Amino acid sequence: MPENRPAVLDVKDIETVFNTRRGTIHAVNSVSFSLEPGELLGVVGESGSGKSVTMMSLIGLLPTPPARVTGGYVKFDNIDLLKADAQQLRAVRGAKIGFIFQDPMTSLNPVLTIGFQLMEPLRTHMGMKKAAAKKRAVELLDLVGMPDAERRLSDFPHQFSGGMRQRVVIAMALACDPKVLIADEPTTALDVTIQAQILELVKDLRRKLGMAIIWITHDLGVVAGIADRVMVMYGGQIVEQAPVRELFENPQHPYTRALIETVPDIGAERPERLRTVEGQPSILYARPSACSFRTRCAHAFERCNRENPALLVTEKAHHVACFWDSATGEPRNV
Amino acid sequence: MSETSAAPLVSIEGLKMYFPIHAGLFRRHVGDIKAVDDISLEIFEGETLGLVGESGCGKSTVGRATLRLYDITAGSITIDGTNTSKINQADLRRFRPRMQMIFQDPQGSLNPRMNVADIVGEPLDEHMSLSREERLARIHELLDAVGLNRSFANRYPHEFSGGQRQRIGIARALALNPKFIVCDEPISALDVSIQAQVVNLLEDLQKKFGLTYLFISHDLSMVHHIADRVAVMYLGKIVELASRDQLFNSPLHPYTQALLSAVPEPNPARQNTRVHIVLKGDVPSPSSPPVGCNFCTRCPKAIDICHHVEPATIEIEPGRFAACHLLESTTKVA
Repeated sequence: MPENRPAVLDVKDIETVFNTRRGTIHAVNSVSFSLEPGELLGVVGESGSGKSVTMMSLIGLLPTPPARVTGGYVKFDNIDLLKADAQQLRAVRGAKIGFIFQDPMTSLNPVLTIGFQLMEPLRTHMGMKKAAAKKRAVELLDLVGMPDAERRLSDFPHQFSGGMRQRVVIAMALACDPKVLIADEPTTALDVTIQAQILELVKDLRRKLGMAIIWITHDLGVVAGIADRVMVMYGGQIVEQAPVRELFENPQHPYTRALIETVPDIGAERPERLRTVEGQPSILYARPSACSFRTRCAHAFERCNRENPALLVTEKAHHVACFWDSATGEPRNV
Repeated sequence: MSETSAAPLVSIEGLKMYFPIHAGLFRRHVGDIKAVDDISLEIFEGETLGLVGESGCGKSTVGRATLRLYDITAGSITIDGTNTSKINQADLRRFRPRMQMIFQDPQGSLNPRMNVADIVGEPLDEHMSLSREERLARIHELLDAVGLNRSFANRYPHEFSGGQRQRIGIARALALNPKFIVCDEPISALDVSIQAQVVNLLEDLQKKFGLTYLFISHDLSMVHHIADRVAVMYLGKIVELASRDQLFNSPLHPYTQALLSAVPEPNPARQNTRVHIVLKGDVPSPSSPPVGCNFCTRCPKAIDICHHVEPATIEIEPGRFAACHLLESTTKVA
């Protein structure tokens, strides 16, 4: 990957909290990353690790209250999205940054035809006339591999299968030629065979259109197949980040190692028992002052209860936030 | 575990489950959804039979029909020496303790207004007459067996995480000492790390109580771990049935091959060596299945005969069955 190209998206020290009756939940704690043009960044972690909330914070998709982004900046197109007003944000969302949600049924409006829903962003963001928008809508449906696109414009979402619906959602996200596409578990609700179709489609679209993609998932197998770089999140923080091959060959954080081990591998010998990560992520009612994974970690020692490890570079482009050194099996001297 | 010399505990012969379609002013019977169309299976005592396929292929219907949660259209079901296919629902109650079910959605299958003790104790109230002390003792025993704290007995389902809720569902299924349990996608609503915990628990319980499972799943990697034999379903029919190692090492049916190749590969180093078969399109509607082989519309290897004649199920090797025209010709030559 070329090093010196300017990032399309630069995120620094994002903090997001939710005010609830039981107290303030610190869902995102100082997350920083940048996205290169054309790059596919995989974001993995369990439910509740903060991966979706982080991405929704970037473009103001979280309802305020209860959510509040309390710090950091998001540089995109020379503006700070966190300081942008509603009008500026509207010009970005759906136009320059596309979003694909997990469940294609709930992200489409059931009482509008998909033609209308596809043409809507084209008419509002690009100022297209009806005829031009329709032409572009047909093009988009062709692009995502929808057979008989022109006729299907007048169909409603319930007339499509799950995989086809997700194709419509992808077409909508691509409508205005976004620079960045954020896909939040786009294949989790689909069958493996349909998931394979969508993954092929995304690889193909990337080649053709060259946008940068952030792909949120809890399935490491999916990430291994499509991502250039992977970010592992836990407790609202990035715990490890590395190019995809490097991450799978040389996982350094105990959480990443555990995640990789829990995936059953049908290409390998069948183990007697599956590996598990016992316990579950805790809810953070305060800004973490210690490592949030320590309660489930096999290598935790006294320092992990005192300090929250910072993300440090161990090798080229490999970042990890852990006091335990996986190479030596000893605590780190930093 | 895979000793198949014993007599089958469950044997299903020519099972058909059609759901009628009524249309028009007089709700005339205009056709059938052939959810399960003539399948035969045997499940041996102490084994786990995996049943895999895409959504809508009828795998859950097989599970429910086997337990006679439906009145089946045709065929016979023998469980533990009793032919249950013709018994009416009221008389079936006597046989229910022997056969139980674990459901997919632990949220939907637990009554939110009942506490854990009542949920787990309900089968005991229905089928046994225990004193209060005996009942409580049994509930505690069951909670111990599934790894839940006894003090949770007075809590309600919403207080638990997904994995814990699934454990409650498992405890309820175990309450009456069943011999046969249908696990209908018990892990697909859970996170990867939690899935492994539940699968390990199911395996431990099988060893401890000598249970027999029909394990329905669309996740081939988990089926690879838990099942002794695997049946692959497509559009209401079983297309291939083989031991786990046979099926995963050398799949015969083109559909099985496609399903296996669609499983995301968690090892990026092996990514490029794998052959990807991406199936086009979706599963056809079971109300109007294609003429000939059900899979001919998506099969990459379909030949002329596939569009006219339905393939018969043939025994390729002892205990290994498949239904495909391509295999007929190879066995004839051999």
